[in-house]
Amino acid sequence: MNRIASTITRPERHGVVGGEQRLVRIAFTTTVIVLCLWVLVPIWLLIANTFSTPEEVNGFPKRFFPSFDTESVEFFLGFYGVGKALWNSIVVATLTMIMSIGIGAPAGYALSRFEFRGKSTFRILVLMTRAFPLPLLALPMAVLFLRVGLDDTVFALALVHTTLALPFAVLITFSLFSGVPIELEEAAWTLGCTRLKAFRKVILPLVLPGISASAIFAFVVSWNEVFAAAVLTIEHRTLPAFLLQSLDVAPLHLKFAGGAMLVVPALIFIFMVRKYLFAMWGIANR
Amino acid sequence: MAEIRITEVAKRFGSTTALHSIDLTIADREFLVLLGASGCGKTTLLRIVAGLETATTGEVHIGGKRVDTLAPKDRGIAMVFQNYAVFPHLTVFENIAFGLRMENMAQQEVDRRVNRTAELMHIEALVKRYSGQLSGGQRQRVAVARALAMEPAVILMDEPLSNLDALLRMEMRAELKSVLAESDTTTIYVTHDQVEAMSMADRIAIMQGGRIVQAASPVEVYRNPAAHFVGSFIGNPPMNFLTAKNAGQGRWTVGGTTIDGPDSQQAELQFAIRPEDLHLGDGGFKATVVVIEPLGPHTLVACKVDDQMFRVILESDTKVSPNDVIGIVPQPDRVRWFDPETELAVVGRQAA
Repeated sequence: MNRIASTITRPERHGVVGGEQRLVRIAFTTTVIVLCLWVLVPIWLLIANTFSTPEEVNGFPKRFFPSFDTESVEFFLGFYGVGKALWNSIVVATLTMIMSIGIGAPAGYALSRFEFRGKSTFRILVLMTRAFPLPLLALPMAVLFLRVGLDDTVFALALVHTTLALPFAVLITFSLFSGVPIELEEAAWTLGCTRLKAFRKVILPLVLPGISASAIFAFVVSWNEVFAAAVLTIEHRTLPAFLLQSLDVAPLHLKFAGGAMLVVPALIFIFMVRKYLFAMWGIANR
Repeated sequence: MAEIRITEVAKRFGSTTALHSIDLTIADREFLVLLGASGCGKTTLLRIVAGLETATTGEVHIGGKRVDTLAPKDRGIAMVFQNYAVFPHLTVFENIAFGLRMENMAQQEVDRRVNRTAELMHIEALVKRYSGQLSGGQRQRVAVARALAMEPAVILMDEPLSNLDALLRMEMRAELKSVLAESDTTTIYVTHDQVEAMSMADRIAIMQGGRIVQAASPVEVYRNPAAHFVGSFIGNPPMNFLTAKNAGQGRWTVGGTTIDGPDSQQAELQFAIRPEDLHLGDGGFKATVVVIEPLGPHTLVACKVDDQMFRVILESDTKVSPNDVIGIVPQPDRVRWFDPETELAVVGRQAA
C-alpha cells in the first residue's frame, strides 16, 4: 500500500524535491569546503612559515609557495634543550604505546570473546574515562607521584598518557578481535592448539596490522599531550611542554618551526592509520 | 577404533534447556547424521563432543576414553565448520599442514599427507593459493582436507555443505560420502537438510526440542517413523495424517470408510501414510481434488479428505481435475498409526 502511494505521489512532488535537493547539495558542498579549509589553512600557514626566512614570516602578504629557507628549522634544532625534549617525547610516547597495547589488547580480546556480567557497563565506563577533564586528573596524580617518588619522571608521565590512550586502545582492539571469526580460533583448537597457541598462530597474524595502528594512535596521543606534561615534569620535559615554556617569548619564526616539528609527525602517523580509526568510530557508534 | 558414547548429556543456557539428557552411541566407522530444524540442539550436541562447549551434565567417551573434561586438541577429533574457517593468512598447503605442524611432524611426512589429502579432495593445483583466492566450494574442500590430513579417529561436521549452491552441494555430497567411507573415521554430521541426511547416513538421529526422537537407518526412519514429528519432517511431500475414529474391534473410521487398525481402546488415533503408498480405486477414501501438480515422473495431487489436506502421488497419465471426487486406496502394509496425545507410533495389528 505504502509503496503504491509513494510511486503515485512522487512525480507530482518531483519539481519541489528537485529544488530542495539542489539547495541541500550546495549547503553540503559549502560545508565540506569550509571544514577542509578550517583544517588545511592553519597547516599550510604552519608549514609555509616554517620554511620561510624570518623576514618573510613577519611580512605581509604571504607567498603561496614558501622560499624553502631552512634557517628557522636549523636554529630550532640547535636550540639548547630541544634535543633532550625530543628524546623525552619519544621515550614517553613509546612507553605509552607499549603500556596501552599491553593492557588494552587483552581487554579488547576479553570484550570481544567472553560473555561476562557488566560487559556493556564496562564498555561505557571505558569511554567515560575520556569525559574527565585532564586537569582534574593531573593535579591529584602530581600529588600522588610526589608521595611515591615518581614525580618528574618520564615513566609517571607515560602512566598518565596511558590512561588517556587506553580507552582508544581497548575499543580499537575490541573491533579488531571482533572482526576475526570465532570459528578460526575454534578450528585451531581442534587442530591441536591451546588457547594461547591459537591466539599466537591464528589471531595475532590477522590483527597485527590493526594492533600496529592502534599502537601508533597511542603514540600520537602521548606525543600531542601538553597539559599533563607541563604540570608533571620540570627537568624531564617533553617537546610540547618544552615548547610551551620556551617558545612563549621566542620570535615568531621559531614558534612556527617548533609547531611544525610537533604537528608533522602526528599528521603523518594519523594519516597512516586512518583506515583503522574509521573502523573504531564505526564500532563506537554501535 | 573410535566408538563415541554419549551418556546423559544435558545442556542448559541459563533457564533454557538446549539438550535434555541425550544418550547416543555411535559405532566405530559409522556415519551418523544429526538431523533437525534449527534450534533443535544438534549443533550444541556436536560442539559438546568437539569440546567447544561444555555439557551441564553427562559424559562423552571416545574410543573408550572419557573426553568431556579434555581440551578439544586432546580428544582425537577433527572438525569441519559451516563457514569453512580456512585460515586467511596461510596458503592452502599451510592450512592443511596446520594441525600436523602442531604435532611437530617431520617435514617429509607433512608433505606426504598434505599432498595425499589435497589430491583426494582435488585441490592439488591450489596448494599455493590463499583462502581469498578460492571459491566457496574450494574452501570447503580445503577445510575437509585439513581435517582428513590429521587422520583423526573422529570427524565432526557442522552443516559443511549448507553454504554451497545446490548443484555443488549434490556433487560434494557424493564425494564426501566416498572419501569418508574409504577413511577409517567415525563421523558425526550435522545438517538440517533431509536429502543430505538420507543420502549420506548409515544412521540418522532426528532431533527435536533438545531430544533425540529416533535414531535409525534412513529407510527405517522413512518407513517406520517413531513419532508424528519424524513422519512430517522426513519426506517431501511429507507423510499424510488423518484423524481416525474408533469403530471397535480394531476397526477405525477414516475418510468415509472403515479399515483395520490397532486394537486400542482410544477414541481417536492418527492414521498416517506416505503419498506414494496410495492408488486410485473404489472403496477407499473419498477425496476432493484441490490442486494438481504434474512433476514429470509422477503427478502430485493435493486433495481434501474429511476436510483435511491429503497428498497423493499418482501416475503421470492420471486424468483428474480440480473438484473431482476420487477414491484413493491406501496400501495396507504401509499404513502407520500414531497416538494423538503422545504423538508416538502405535504398534499394533496391521491391516491384512
